[in-house]
Formats: sequence, structure tokens, C-alpha cells
Amino acid sequence: MLALTCPCCGITAEETEFHPGGEAHLKRVGPEGADDEFEAYLFARKNPKGAHIERWRHSYGCGKWFHVARDTATLRVFGAYTTQSYGPPEDIVNAIRQSYPDWTFDRNAAE
Amino acid sequence: MPTAPRSGRYSVFAIAREALRQHQGWNRAWANPQPRDRYQVVIVGAGGHGLATAYYLGKNFGITDVAVIEKGWLGGGNTGRNTTIIRSNYLQDPSAAIYDKALKLYENLSQELNYNVMFSPRGVIMLAQTEHEVRGYKRTVYANNLQGVSTEWIDPQRVKELVPIINLDGPRYPVLGGLLQARGGTARHDAVAWGYARACSDMGMHIIQNCEVTGVETEGGQVRAVNTSKGRIGCEKLAMVVAGHSSQLAEMAGFRLPIESVALQALVSEPIKPCMDVVVMANTVHGYLSQSDKGEMVIGGGTDGFNNYTQRGSWHHVEETVRALVETFPMISRLKMLRQWGGIVDMTGDRSPILSTTPVGNVFVNCGWGTGGFKAIPGSGWAMAELVANGQPGALAADFGLNRFREGRFIDESVAAGVAH
Ligand SMILES: Cc1cc2nc3c(=O)[nH]c(=O)nc-3n(C[C@H](O)[C@H](O)[C@H](O)COP(=O)(O)OP(=O)(O)OC[C@H]3O[C@@H](n4cnc5c(N)ncnc54)[C@H](O)[C@@H]3O)c2cc1C
Ligand SMILES: [Zn+2]
Repeated sequence: MLALTCPCCGITAEETEFHPGGEAHLKRVGPEGADDEFEAYLFARKNPKGAHIERWRHSYGCGKWFHVARDTATLRVFGAYTTQSYGPPEDIVNAIRQSYPDWTFDRNAAE
Repeated sequence: MPTAPRSGRYSVFAIAREALRQHQGWNRAWANPQPRDRYQVVIVGAGGHGLATAYYLGKNFGITDVAVIEKGWLGGGNTGRNTTIIRSNYLQDPSAAIYDKALKLYENLSQELNYNVMFSPRGVIMLAQTEHEVRGYKRTVYANNLQGVSTEWIDPQRVKELVPIINLDGPRYPVLGGLLQARGGTARHDAVAWGYARACSDMGMHIIQNCEVTGVETEGGQVRAVNTSKGRIGCEKLAMVVAGHSSQLAEMAGFRLPIESVALQALVSEPIKPCMDVVVMANTVHGYLSQSDKGEMVIGGGTDGFNNYTQRGSWHHVEETVRALVETFPMISRLKMLRQWGGIVDMTGDRSPILSTTPVGNVFVNCGWGTGGFKAIPGSGWAMAELVANGQPGALAADFGLNRFREGRFIDESVAAGVAH
């Protein structure tokens, strides 16, 4: 069972108190978007075996959405941060690079 | 195919002969070759779908210059980890076609492969435990009748006759009826992989185990080779059939898939005397139950909600599944559980598989079977062989292409498939 710490209210709780919301920072596409963009936004996923930046909701707590960086190969949690951001903060990026030295995050492709 | 397989034909006479000579004469079921530096077709993944693809490439198209490359041992992925439920009563026409093709092939598979896959058409009941499910399953019955797939709606009394250990009334999950497919059932999962592997090896194909594909080499948008832990292996055509690892393989070739990998888990109890001779699925509570030939109660549950490659499921899902099943099957409350395990399943947005060409020339994918692809192995292999051999899908695979996500032509099976299969 995962243990997560909500960056909004600071509570650490077991996975059952939260709800997973899939890959984070997907770039939204509006009505003017091309088919390619829609397909990428709606369906194409990185689905990495390794560091994954994802959304979670503290559904049985404060109710807020937030972001988690987690290793899908080991279930290790690198850290959590709020949604007011285009990507993981420095300390989380560094934590990820301890396991995956080449790991990068494209903030321009993110939202 | 040679009439007498290199591995020797299995029969009652073979057993009698071997009994007289201390079983010294059994050959290996498949060879363990070193890879050549080039094959016409390389298939990545020696699960049921990869092996069946190889088999029908040889049998239906005469293509035997084939290697099936497997990073672990053959059948060690989801094929050897599933709860072996086989049925074909899906909702949409393309699904009915491919799953029913698979079921028909399963009916004769032991004879076809000269290998006992223990196909047991004991019947599969999907319980309706909410009004919503009653309506959903009745709709499936009507659809199946139009598709020529035999399935029927049964009332609670009939459910009770078929499953005496069931508790029909419950405060939370009363049994309101069920969708019965009498032709459905189970098979021995390992034997399906082993039977296809033996037949492929007999046709001269190479099954290369303990060999991980680590890269895909392309030139001018066409596949040239794969890099593996046993070196570079050239190929004219490449089929990726790796279930939960499909996104990794796609990334090696430079494209993305509409797939997310999550853990699905199952558990078995200690063996008990025969008590249930059908398969029961309860999708409202994400639980399904059958009794193996050894007497174990085989229990499957729901998937985890987050991306995961660890082949371990979350504890609370076991609790959730078992808690709900105990209400419907009170007698299992005293059972001890022997083992629990997980597999990494490849989920698509519409809960239907992908059999498709890809942005890279002569690279084909077969994935997205998610929580329910064991039942599809023969039909999927048949359709995939057609796709690989001809370079374009035949009738069975046509609707399952990657472009359906772009074009919004989903094959929505989220009701008929539920979470469980
Ligand atoms: C717990 C559980 C219960 C299930 N219950 C049912 C059920 O009751 N009925 C049903 O129909 N389906 C069920 N399923 C789903 C079913 O098991 C799968 O859909 C099906 O087995 C997929 O077969 P496959 O051949 O595509 O994949 P797999 O059997 O997983 O084979 C893929 C292979 O690819 C290999 N591979 C991966 N990456 C590489 C690489 N880089 N290089 C080389 N090889 C690689 C893997 O090692 C693996 O052996 C269940 C699944 C699970 C996990
Ligand atoms: Zn919170």
C-alpha cells in the first residue's frame, strides 16, 4: 500500500484515502486543436517504467488535487507538490535523478 | 507441419510405451536455440498472443522463418498469471467476432496442437447485482443473439440451481439474475503457451528465452533489427506482443500508444472438495470465482488505479474483493488463501485491444488486451498472423487499429468487459 503526503493539507495517509488521477501536466487542447493534438491529449500516454508524474486527489481528506512523482518500477514516492506549477520542483527532480540520472521534464510541453 | 512432431506425438500409446521404459524416451517439448542473426519475422513476447501469432503465421501462411523473443520464460507474463476465464459474449460486433473466433479455436485446440490445454466449457455466469447490470446484460443478450453468439439471460432461481453455494439475497448485493454463456469456461493457462510453443518449435521456429529486447533499429522509417541482451537480431517484420510492456517497446521504436499499465491481481485458496462447476463473475463487486481441477478456489479482483510495473497488487483490493465475495458465497469465509500474485495489464481507453500497423514500417502491435486477453489468444494470434503476413489487417483485426482513437471510432466494451473479464 502506498503512503502519500498531501502537499495541500500536510497529512500523510494510506493510498485508500486518495484517488489516483493519471498522468499529470497534460497539455489541454481546445476546439481549434488538430486531430494529432487531440489524440495526444486524450489518449497517448508516456506510461513510463520509472519516474511518473501523476495527479492524485485527497478525496477522503481536504479534497484537493495535487501532483506526485512516483517510481512505477518500485512504487517509491519521490515527492508531492501542488497543482500551481508546470512541473516538479527542483528537490523532486534531484530525487528522481538519484535513480534515473538522465531524467528530464519538458516544462514547455506541460500545463 | 510434419505429421510426427520432433518432440514426439503425445498419445495413449506413447504413454504405454514410455511406461514400459521408465519414461526415458520423452523429448523436450521445444528446442532451446541460440538466435540466428536474422529472421523474416521477429515477435517480441512469448506469451500466449505472441506464440499464437507465430503458430498461425506458420500454419496459415507458411512463414516459419520466425523467432519469438522473450525476456523471461515463455508464458511467464500475464498468460501464466491469469484466472483463465474464457467467454465470447461481448457487446460490440468486432469484439464478438474476434472473441468468438478464439472460443471456437479453443474448442478444438487440444486436438489441433496435440497438447492437452484442458479446455473446460463449464459455463460462465456474469451476475447482475444492480438494476443497471440487469439492463446492461439483457442488452448484451440481444446483441449476442444478433451476432450469432449463443448466450442467455437466466433468473435468480436458475443461478441458484447452477451455483448451489451462492447466496441470492443480500442487503448490499442481491442476485437479480445472470448472463450465462454455456460454451464459456476455463483452460489451463500454461498449457496454452506450452502447446503453441511446442507446435512452433516443431515447425522450426526459434523460441529464444532469457533474451530482452532493448532497442529497435529503423532505417528510412522501416524496421531493420532489434537489439537484445543476446545481440542484434535482424528482421524484415517486427511484431510487438508484450502486453504491459507495450509502451516501452513503442518508445524504442519512437511512437506512443494509448496504453496505461496497471497491476491486476488474483489469489487462490487451499484446495477443497468440488463445490462449484461453473465460473461466476460479479462485476459490481469486482470479484470472480471458479474452482480449479485441483480444488482451489481461484479468485480474481479489480485493478489498481495507478500506473504500476511491479507485478504486485495493493492489499486493499484483495480485502475489497474477498469481502464482497464472502457475502455472495458465505462458505468461502473459512477458507485459507494459499497464494496471491499480480500481473501488469495493458489498459486502453475503450477496454478493447489494439491489433495494428504502426507509424514505423513493418512494425505491428498486438496489445491492449488488458484484464481479459487469455480468452482471446487463439483468435488474436490468427488475426495478428494475417496482419503481419499481409502487412494489413484482415476482417477480424480491421476495427482494432490504432487510428480508431484518432478518429473516435471506439469499440466500447466497458460494460461488457467491466473491470473483470
Ligand atoms: C491476475 C490476472 C487475471 C486475469 N484473468 C483473466 C481471465 O480470467 N480471462 C482472460 O481472458 N484474461 C485474463 N487476464 C488477462 C490475460 O492474462 C492477458 O490479457 C493475456 O495473458 C495477455 O497475453 P500476452 O501474450 O499478450 O501477454 P503476456 O503473457 O504478458 O506476454 C508478454 C511477454 O512479453 C515479454 N516481454 C515484455 N517486454 C519484453 C522485452 N523488452 N523483450 C522481450 N520480451 C518482453 C514478457 O516477459 C511476457 O512474457 C488476467 C490477467 C491477470 C494479470
Ligand atoms: Zn489534503
